[in-house]
Amino acid sequence: MFLNELTISAVHRGLQKKEFSVQELVKSCLAEIKKENKRLNVFVSVFEKSALARAKEADKKIASRSAVGPLFGIPLAIKDNILIRDLPCAAGSKILKNYQATYDAAVIEKLKTAGAIFLGKTNLDEFAMGGSTEFSVFGPTKNPLNPAYVAGGSSGGSAAAVAADMCLGALGSDTGGSIRQPASFCGLVGLKPSYGCVSRYGLIAMASSLDQIGVLTKNVEDAAILFQAIRGKDNRDATSLEVEGGNLAEIKLKNVKIGLPKEYFVAGLDPKIKKTIEQLIKKLEEEGAKVKKTSLPYTKYALACYYIIMPAEVSTNLARYDGIKYGFSESKARNLLDVYLRSRSRGFGSEVKRRIILGTYLLSAGYYDAYYLQAQKVRALIRKDFTDVFAKEKFDCLLTPTSPVLPWKLGEKINDPLSMYLADVYTVSANLAGLPALSLPVGEIGDFSVGGQIIGDYFQENKILQIGKMIEKLF
Amino acid sequence: MSIAKDEVKYIAKLARLELTPTEMKKYQKQLGEILVYVGQLRKAKMKNIKSGLSHYKGEASLVNVFRQDESKQRSRKGAEKLIQQAPRQEKGLIKTKKILNIKTQKRENRRV
Repeated sequence: MFLNELTISAVHRGLQKKEFSVQELVKSCLAEIKKENKRLNVFVSVFEKSALARAKEADKKIASRSAVGPLFGIPLAIKDNILIRDLPCAAGSKILKNYQATYDAAVIEKLKTAGAIFLGKTNLDEFAMGGSTEFSVFGPTKNPLNPAYVAGGSSGGSAAAVAADMCLGALGSDTGGSIRQPASFCGLVGLKPSYGCVSRYGLIAMASSLDQIGVLTKNVEDAAILFQAIRGKDNRDATSLEVEGGNLAEIKLKNVKIGLPKEYFVAGLDPKIKKTIEQLIKKLEEEGAKVKKTSLPYTKYALACYYIIMPAEVSTNLARYDGIKYGFSESKARNLLDVYLRSRSRGFGSEVKRRIILGTYLLSAGYYDAYYLQAQKVRALIRKDFTDVFAKEKFDCLLTPTSPVLPWKLGEKINDPLSMYLADVYTVSANLAGLPALSLPVGEIGDFSVGGQIIGDYFQENKILQIGKMIEKLF
Repeated sequence: MSIAKDEVKYIAKLARLELTPTEMKKYQKQLGEILVYVGQLRKAKMKNIKSGLSHYKGEASLVNVFRQDESKQRSRKGAEKLIQQAPRQEKGLIKTKKILNIKTQKRENRRV
């Protein structure tokens, strides 16, 4: 087995026992990137020199003292909408092509302190808008499991980097499923923490009431390690909170009560995925878990609600790209308005423009009440659906498919935005409600694995990670 | 459904976007389809919800977060780094097209 194929926890044990060096590890990841990046288009930038320099330093530290933390010397990939000081950050957009980050995101500060090593920045749909990583100015990322298919999105680059063993783990961001869906498409574990668990300081904003940074890893244990390292309150993100995160103790499946919301098993779900989830349910019952059908009646409105609130926030957040402060600017403009119009029209790609126009429409006078205000009310009801079932039924978690469909072929949905949006139907609710959700592989169909989604109650990340660990053992 | 061309044009202007005729045609149709889809929210039954944002009232997890409004000393280098990101600059300042239509006369006065 090559070093780059190991998990974070296995590498940590190996480093402590001095079975290999951080330099050997980093070199094996860089070699894999060199070999496969052209074919799969995963990394938009690779920091070979700085990664090797940091690896060398790390080896010195290991030689001088024996105890190092679980992320010390671990090579990671970072989604290119998270800032690392003095390095380019383009968010898949032409409008930020020459932008250099002037500060570290809060999560980057934390990972630097933990001793992690950044290999490079990964491809994404422009400003994280998309479900296939095809809407990037750097071109589409391909699925390592079968390169004719999409890797999912918008954290498709981060997912592909982990799946192709180019790194040991990666950070992504999840606004409506952007970690969980690519994790599912690439056969990985992906965690979207509760809203407020991880500081968004230094994450390029898409829809601020929904955005959350999370992790993509090869197994659940690694997800827990990486999540522990990035969580916590940060004064620079007023929505971040310090919470305990629930019990870390091991959970036995026979003591677990799982809810199956019937609205997630309806028409539109690929029958093969449905069958895989049903097989999992059977296995869980055999292990003694209490599995009970339940209902979240407002689920049927979740996607419509999301496609109002998200573009509304997108249109306001992306107003900052004006061609004046930073990034791409059209030089042939005649006056100030012209600078805005031309820089934005030429700097943004088609999906981003579509969402800005949609959001501007939804927020404009005459439509605000009918769409945005109505969506806020429905959002409250979606949230209430979840708090009600967790309170009344005392579920430890809910189980659903992560995506209603398997990965599609590159280009298949690119001209049909609505059909691409419909693929988010099972993931958006956790963002609207602010709940933690984990996707993990629970079966295989052809080249691909099927993702099961475990949704927990507020700030119960540790619980869903423990349940995920138990489910992982069944395969 | 497709939305009126004039409406797309007006919204694009509000969003500070200039659309090509091809984009205009494409978005007219696509936005119409998306609006029909999201319009189904109107059918959602509302219970015990008064206005859009007041439902958050009384939730323990939702409190306002305040901080002191104080100025911080930043390094000159940090400021320079920020300015250097600007596509057009002059003497350590960000340069834009003029925003006021000052007559030539006035400008000459200032020179005096």
